Amino acid sequence: MLATPLTSAEIEGIRARFPILRREVHGHPLVYLDSAATAQKPDSVIDAESDFVRTSNAAVNRGAHFLAGEATEAYEDARDTIARFLGVDDNEVVFTSHATEALNLVAYALGTASSGRGAGSHTDAARFALHEGDEIVVTELEHHANLIPWQELAARTGATLRYIPVLDHGGLDLDAAAEIIGERTRVLAVTHVSNVTGAVTPLDRLVPLARAVGALVVLDACQSAPHLPLRPRELDVDVAVFSGHKLYGPTGIGVLYGRAELLDALPPFLYGGSMITTVTMDRAEYLPSPQRFEPGTPRLSQAVGLAAAVRFVEEFGMARIAATEHALAARLLDGLVRVPGVRMLGVDNPAPRVALASIVIDGVHAHDAGQVLDDRGIAARVGHHCAQPLHRRFGVSASLRLSAGIHTTPDELDLAIDAVAGIRPFFGLGEGAGA
Amino acid sequence: MSDLEQLYQQIIMDHAKHPHGTGLVARDETSHQRNPVCGDEVTLTLRWDAAGDRIADVAWEGSGCSISQASASLLATLAEERAAEGEPWTPEELTALIEDFREALRSRGAIPLDEERFGDAAALSGVSKYVARVKCAMLAWVAAEDLLLRRTGVAR
Repeated sequence: MLATPLTSAEIEGIRARFPILRREVHGHPLVYLDSAATAQKPDSVIDAESDFVRTSNAAVNRGAHFLAGEATEAYEDARDTIARFLGVDDNEVVFTSHATEALNLVAYALGTASSGRGAGSHTDAARFALHEGDEIVVTELEHHANLIPWQELAARTGATLRYIPVLDHGGLDLDAAAEIIGERTRVLAVTHVSNVTGAVTPLDRLVPLARAVGALVVLDACQSAPHLPLRPRELDVDVAVFSGHKLYGPTGIGVLYGRAELLDALPPFLYGGSMITTVTMDRAEYLPSPQRFEPGTPRLSQAVGLAAAVRFVEEFGMARIAATEHALAARLLDGLVRVPGVRMLGVDNPAPRVALASIVIDGVHAHDAGQVLDDRGIAARVGHHCAQPLHRRFGVSASLRLSAGIHTTPDELDLAIDAVAGIRPFFGLGEGAGA
Repeated sequence: MSDLEQLYQQIIMDHAKHPHGTGLVARDETSHQRNPVCGDEVTLTLRWDAAGDRIADVAWEGSGCSISQASASLLATLAEERAAEGEPWTPEELTALIEDFREALRSRGAIPLDEERFGDAAALSGVSKYVARVKCAMLAWVAAEDLLLRRTGVAR
């Protein structure tokens, strides 16, 4: 049972809070359909970040002066806000520079554990070490950020990287997954929502396979966190990462959720100040999570801004946002499939999806297609969206992606669908397939 | 003409649909350029005259957006016209032409391409208003530049 969608009055109220939506592009009101690449920011996020810099900026977790205390409190409050958003404990939330760093952090920490290094006396990193013969499993639809760190970890440890293939309709081959995930599997790294097809991964089918063999489950939640309720414990994953800037927050900040038991066992990724207990000229001992994984001066205003972004979406609730975007997803799909000469990647996948679609237009390169949309003030993404293997699987090198956000209206989608319908005629191609 | 129509002039659309100068052979020394963002690719060769000091022919193969493909086709056409007029490019002339092409394309619409020098390729002037597309239009020209630099021993 879906929650009540946002009313059109609520969406108008939301739109008024995004200053960038008042812009015009090429003489048209901006229609921003590139939220999957980066989301726009509401006033409350922009203000939270700048207010912090104007009034409370100081180095956190060190120094005893008044502002240092205030800044530390703001930073830890931000962590607490994220933890409550995810339904996890504060010490399970690590701030990183972006989701990419969060995934690299896990891969590198596992690599360090595999080389026999731990994290000091109070940990047990060896349990997570990878060796020759072990297997890391990813899927064919991953963003490069959830693929390349695992390729490199496999190369460093002698483990084998395997992948769950994508079927013609764009969904994962779950029968193959049941074969691939086995006794040798140590890590399953998978996206929650595809950044190309928008399909939600059937985690209820995949996670139990990994659990049955004791493998770690790493979830790339970049495309789900802004659109669906994200509860890592309910999903039974060990790690979940997402980026702040896709959740209406600032750039330069990502979140790593890790199960406490895992984070307490893993060695650090980056080494330096703010993450140690005792340092001698020979060696160092490290703080527990999350400090162990946050060396150097952390991203302060970004964390405060991200917490404001979380409070912003929580005003409405992720369940209502999901219900609203569910209807937008249906409208987008129905509209695009009617346009002659348009192929939507993964259209036949019956899985639920977020309001995101990547299309290929017969006879028109994605780059050229995007230009026609841009001319009408519509911001869409063209290219391979950092998912070359999936595009190769679909037999194309690039696509045009439309992705909605909390401020997207049905009318905007209709404008975009109408603009898509105008692409082939603009390039002198008739209706229907065939150039 | 709107900016978009300027960008996609008929000349460009024609060259994108029916490209000139395509076809490489195994002995060609080529430069392969790609735009990793969108997957545009151009592999291009400069074929030298018997004396080895003028460019008799430009040939290429590629795939990608209409701007990248038309631009390669227009460069090949321009080389062909020069050769037909009995004035094939010297490496210095082509180097200077590429530099001026780049300057115009990076000018955000301030510097149009001179039709006297660029022929039909002047139709690419409209690209300069679209910063994100300059790289598409440059692809073939960068390949030619790469080959010229290799000849003078300056590796890219």
